[in-house]
Amino acid sequence: MSGEYFARATVRRVVDVAPDVRLIELVPDAGVAPYPPGSHIDIAVSIGGIPDTRSYSLVGEPDGQAYRIAVKQVPDSRGGSRVVRALSPGQEALISAPKSHFELAHGRPEYLLVAGGIGITPLIGMAQALHRHGRSFRLLYSARTRAQLAFADELRELLGERLELFVDAEGTRIEVAARIAALDPDAELYLCGPQGMRDAVARAWLAAGRRADRLRFETFASGGRFAPQEFVVRAADLDGAEFVVARETTMLDALAEQGVELMWDCRRGECGLCAVSVLACEGELDHRDVFLSESQRAQCRTMLACVSRAVGGAVTIDSGFRSDPERPRSVAMQRS
Amino acid sequence: MQPAADTFTLPDAPLNAWYAAAYDVELGRRLLARRILDHNVVMYRRADGEPVALENACWHRLLPLSEGALEGDNVACGYHGLVFNPEGRCVFMPSQETINPAARVRSYPVVELHRFIWVWPGDPALADPALVPDLHWNSDPAWAGDGKLIHVDCNYKLVIDNLMDLTHETFVHSSSIGQRSITEVPFEVTHGPNSATVTRWMIDVEPPPVWRAQLELKTGVPAGRVDRWQIIHFEPPSTVSIEVGVAPHGSGAPEGDRSAGVNGRVLNTMTPETERSCHYFWAFVRDYALGDQRTTTLFRESVASIFAEDEHVLAAQQRAIDDHPDKQFYNLNIDGGAMWARRLIDRMVARELPDERYVRSAEQSLAAEGERINVEATAADAERLGIKL
Repeated sequence: MSGEYFARATVRRVVDVAPDVRLIELVPDAGVAPYPPGSHIDIAVSIGGIPDTRSYSLVGEPDGQAYRIAVKQVPDSRGGSRVVRALSPGQEALISAPKSHFELAHGRPEYLLVAGGIGITPLIGMAQALHRHGRSFRLLYSARTRAQLAFADELRELLGERLELFVDAEGTRIEVAARIAALDPDAELYLCGPQGMRDAVARAWLAAGRRADRLRFETFASGGRFAPQEFVVRAADLDGAEFVVARETTMLDALAEQGVELMWDCRRGECGLCAVSVLACEGELDHRDVFLSESQRAQCRTMLACVSRAVGGAVTIDSGFRSDPERPRSVAMQRS
Repeated sequence: MQPAADTFTLPDAPLNAWYAAAYDVELGRRLLARRILDHNVVMYRRADGEPVALENACWHRLLPLSEGALEGDNVACGYHGLVFNPEGRCVFMPSQETINPAARVRSYPVVELHRFIWVWPGDPALADPALVPDLHWNSDPAWAGDGKLIHVDCNYKLVIDNLMDLTHETFVHSSSIGQRSITEVPFEVTHGPNSATVTRWMIDVEPPPVWRAQLELKTGVPAGRVDRWQIIHFEPPSTVSIEVGVAPHGSGAPEGDRSAGVNGRVLNTMTPETERSCHYFWAFVRDYALGDQRTTTLFRESVASIFAEDEHVLAAQQRAIDDHPDKQFYNLNIDGGAMWARRLIDRMVARELPDERYVRSAEQSLAAEGERINVEATAADAERLGIKL
C-alpha cells in the first residue's frame, strides 16, 4: 500500500541481443512470481549517489526461472540504463515485484501490436500469449536499422508471417492509417515505441473514428520532437536560482541533485504529479508526456519535469516551495 | 502487498511525535483505555486535572490497569491491588512491607492543548510540547465550534489521503458540500520543509447548500454567487487543518480580504490505533456567530454525518486493500497533496530507523530529496522500536 518493496535478485545471464540492446536475466532470491504479459519491474539504482528506480518491461511470458529485461543503450540516458547495463552475472540487484499497468484484454476479435525499437519488450509476451490462445493478431515491428530489430529471429520462428518488420534505413514504413482501416471494428491496438510513432498512431486511430479506450499504449520509450539539449531552469520561488539541465539528465533529476524537491511518481509522463508551473519560457517546450492535453501543451503554462524539456534557452518555473506556516506562540501551552 | 523474504518496508508511523489520544471532555476522574500506535494506554486526570497516560498492563500479571480503580492520583490494579503513581512507579504491593524497586509501568509524556490530550509514544527525552501540532483554532476565543472522535477501520494514511484531496467531495458528499466545480477548477500543491498545502479557489460559483445557509445566517440577506476556497494544510505526521468558506463574488476574498464571507476551519488529527484502524479527531470551527450554540451544534452534527460517508468509503477501501495484496495504488495528479504528506511522514519515520536498509528504502521513496538521512542506532534500538530486521 505505502512505500515500495524491493527484493534481492541475482543476475544469472547477460547477453547482447542487438548492437545496442542487452538482455539481462534476474533470479529473485524469493522466487519468480507469475505475471501477465505487459508487466514491468522496477530496479533500484543509485545515480550520482541519489537512490532512484528504473522500470523495465519483462520480456516474454513467465517461465518460472528468471525475470528477463532488455536494456537499450541510450546516449542521452539519465544514467539509469548505464547502471543497469553494467550488471554482470553473479551481481545482486534490488528489484520490485512485477507490476502490470499494460494489460492485454481478452476476447477481442482481432489485435494489432505495434512496436518501435526497444518498445518491442512488453509486446513479446503479448504476442506469445495471443499465439498460445490462437487469437487473430499481427505484430508490426520497426527500427532504424535491421540490426536493431532485437528478438526478430525468435519472433519470426514463433509468429511466421504474422510478424512484419520495418526498417527506416531500408525505406520500409508502417502504413498506419491503412493498417487501422483494415482492422475489425472491435479490434484493439497495443503500442509501444517512441513519441513520434505514438503520436502518429494515436492521431490515425482517432481520425479513423475508433474508440480511444481500444488503443493501449506503454510510454517507457520516450523521445521528443527535438533532440535533447542542455537548458536552464530558473526557479522563481527560490529567489530565481538557476539550474542547468544537462543533455543526458531530466529537469526532475537535475533539480533533485541541487536539493530542489518535486513530487513525482511514474517518471514516464503519465501521472502528472511532477507538473510544474511555467511562468516564462524562452524558446520552445518539448512536451514528451501523455498527461497534458493538446490545448494545455499549446498554452505552455505547465510542463512535466520527468520527461519534458525546454529547447533552446531557459524556462522559469514555480517549483512549489513555500515556507512552513508560522505557529502562533501566544497560544502555546494554554489549558483549554 | 505481502513482503517476500528479504524485502522490507517502512514502519507505518513515526513514534517520536505527539498523537491525539483523547478529546479533553473524554478524560476525567476515571480510567480510559485506548490503543495508540499499538500501545495499549490507560489515561485519567489527577485530582488537579492534569492528564496522565500509563502503559495499560500491570507490571505483575499484566491485567489491564483500566480494569482497576483510581485511588487519588494513583491507579490500583483490579487483580492483586498493586498501586502505581502517575509516573508509573509502584507505590504499594500486597503482603509485603517493601516494594520491589523494579516495579513500574511505562508512563507516557502527555500534554493537553487545543482541546486534545496528546501522547508521545516514542523516546520521552524528545517529547517537546512545542512540537504539538498547531490546532489552536480549537481553543481560540476568536473561533467557535466543536467536534468529535470517530473510530475508522482503516490505516490513518487513508484518512490523510482523503483530506488532502477534496475532489472526493463531489462524489462522496454530493448532497451537502460536493459540487462539480471542485473537480473542474485547478488546484495548487505547494510544500515546505515540514508542511504541504493544497489550495483551490472556485471563483464565481453557486454556493453549495451548507455554505449558502451560513452566508445568509451571517449577512441576513439571500446569498448570490460566491468565491469558494479550500486551503488544506498538512503537518506531519497526521494533522490536517483546512481553511474553508465562501464570500460574495467580487468582495475581494481571493485577493486576501475574506471579511465579507464566512470562514471555517476543519481541524483533523488522526492517531493510528493499529495498521488497519485509527482514531480520527476532528472539529469544525468558525469565526462568525461566535455565541450561537445552535450553529455550533448543527455544524457538529452535519459534519459528523458528512464524515460518516467518508468512514464508509475508507473502511471499504481498507478491506479492498486487504483483499488485493498484490495491488499497489496508482497515483494521479490529484494525489499530489497526499503524496507530499506521505513523503513527509516517511521522512519522519526514516529519521528514527536504525537499519541502513530501511534508510535506503526511505530514500527511495523520497528519492532525490537531496538530503542524506543520518541514522545512528543499533539492533537494540530496533528491538525497542519493535522493528523486525
